[in-house]
Amino acid sequence: MTAIPATLGPRTPAEARMQQLRITVSKLRRNGSAMLGLILLVIIFGAAIFAPWLSTHDIYAQDLTNRLARPSAANWLGTDELGRDIYSRLLHGGRITLYIACLTAVISAPIGLVVGMVSGWFGGWVDVVLMRVTEIFLAFPSLILALAFVAALGPSIENAIIAISLATWPPIARLARAETMMVRRSDYIAAVRLQGASAWRIMVGHIAPMCVPSVIARVTLNMASIILSAAGLGFLGLGAQPPSPEWGAMLSSARQFILSNGHVAAAPGIAILITSIAFNLVGDGLRDVLDPRHD
Amino acid sequence: MTVALATPGRRRKRGRAPSKALAVLSRAGSVLVTLLGLAALTFMIGRLLPLDPVLAVLGDNATPEAYDRMVVQMGLDQPLIVQFGNYLWDLARLDFGNSLLSGRPVGEEIARVFPATLELATVAMILGTGIGVPLGVVAAVYRNRWIDHLARILSLVGYSAPNFWLGLMGLVLFYATLGWVGGPGRIDFIYEFDLQPVTGFFLIDALLSGNLALFGNVFSHIILPASILALSSLAYISRMTRSFMIEQLEQEYVVTARAKGLGLWRIVWLHVFRNIAVQVITVVALSYAFLLEGAVLTETVFAWPGFGRYMTNALLSGDMNSVVGCTLLIGVIFVALNLICDLLYRILDPRTR
Repeated sequence: MTAIPATLGPRTPAEARMQQLRITVSKLRRNGSAMLGLILLVIIFGAAIFAPWLSTHDIYAQDLTNRLARPSAANWLGTDELGRDIYSRLLHGGRITLYIACLTAVISAPIGLVVGMVSGWFGGWVDVVLMRVTEIFLAFPSLILALAFVAALGPSIENAIIAISLATWPPIARLARAETMMVRRSDYIAAVRLQGASAWRIMVGHIAPMCVPSVIARVTLNMASIILSAAGLGFLGLGAQPPSPEWGAMLSSARQFILSNGHVAAAPGIAILITSIAFNLVGDGLRDVLDPRHD
Repeated sequence: MTVALATPGRRRKRGRAPSKALAVLSRAGSVLVTLLGLAALTFMIGRLLPLDPVLAVLGDNATPEAYDRMVVQMGLDQPLIVQFGNYLWDLARLDFGNSLLSGRPVGEEIARVFPATLELATVAMILGTGIGVPLGVVAAVYRNRWIDHLARILSLVGYSAPNFWLGLMGLVLFYATLGWVGGPGRIDFIYEFDLQPVTGFFLIDALLSGNLALFGNVFSHIILPASILALSSLAYISRMTRSFMIEQLEQEYVVTARAKGLGLWRIVWLHVFRNIAVQVITVVALSYAFLLEGAVLTETVFAWPGFGRYMTNALLSGDMNSVVGCTLLIGVIFVALNLICDLLYRILDPRTR
């Protein structure tokens, strides 16, 4: 057996992974709209993380003499119906929105991944049962399902997160199942099986890494709709509760004054729109790079 | 050491394609299972409730005797599986129980509010399809030109914008500032008594009455919420149409037709579009289902007395019978639309025959 020259390829799995990552990053950097989304995300996350230092006012401090003020030097985006500074509340609201979106993704992605892999790997009746369950969840539009769960669990941020997670895992499961079915017949899986690896070990060590890229792309795209759902729940009074500065809840309380004071509702809505656009742009870019089968 | 090399979970290979009757039967079976699953899921949601359903009916001051009587009367003393059986039996008779708020049957209440939502969603679908399909086609033909970029930006905003916020801003701009459209609600108060409800679709009812001012009023009320609702389906429809078109435009028959000297738009509409029409129809049907979802928030903003607002009110007051009824209805509509798409594919697309 002749040794393969070291220059031809990676020598260790870690090296291979780093190389793959470098290729991915360089491809992503050539995608203009994905980079724009990424820059927006960095700004949004930065604003949320540094909110206590960037904000100019106490977000709960009311000033009834300065209600519904227009944007000015003192209140950059004006004040709301209780005289609270909208700019500061917006920054802090970003924390809640991103907290909901990230936690939902962290909960729903593993559930979807495990269900999809188990379904795709074992096939047969396991597949039939799991995919039936998935289909039942898919039969409801995600917002309606989240609404029903929140109604049953009671309105709060935590319950909104649970409800949205319950509504977001099924598409991920379908994706992971498709990926698993594609790789499970490949030679390298047969080789691992020959070595006597257990089903669990194969799934965790050899199939999951193949599913993760497309799941990440999918979850990033999902983040946009998670944010819209969370804001929708907040707007209906079923998510974050006042006086929380969650963007949907801000819009909900601004609604009563909207016809005379449109600026109160403009800022939170634009914040939701931009965050959602940023996740959509990055998600699209990631899908192009990580999932070559997608057109 | 012997290791079975066969891939796990291998399914039995079928020798021949299953017969048509068998395919229909298995499809019907799977729909039935999904419906049963919908019922099970909504039953679970109804039982998850931290609110005590008995107290919700009787109020907080109920005596213990009355409470116990109600538990028996509502069947809550039975095992869960029996309760589920009763629930299924009620559903089979289209009995969703009584609304805890009004005391009237939930089915009746939903039937009362549903036409308003259906009208809103239908107008939105007409707008979304009427603009989305041509936009997708043009964007595909002029790929990477300004119209394609415009379509891309429009659909990005359509996917990303919270429609309830667009509704609020639309009201500020087009109603409060410019005065171009009617405000919240389906109709102005002064016209309310002119309208004879026939179909429950106010636009059609107004036309039937022959009163043009009335029709104008109804139209001015529906156009803004419908346009905003349409935006997300427009985004979806135009993106999908564009990608279907691009796939077809790269086919050789297009080159042949061009070489024969046929005009561009003649090829696009008469040859290419006909090949993607079935796919576009399924996309439109699916987006119709999502319009019903979007209606929940849009109706809240526009005080539209439809299904979405009914569900929201029920949610806020813990009226679980109504919530479950609404959820179940949307689920059934989703399943039905999916089934219709499937059938349309089979009927309209000669390749699947």
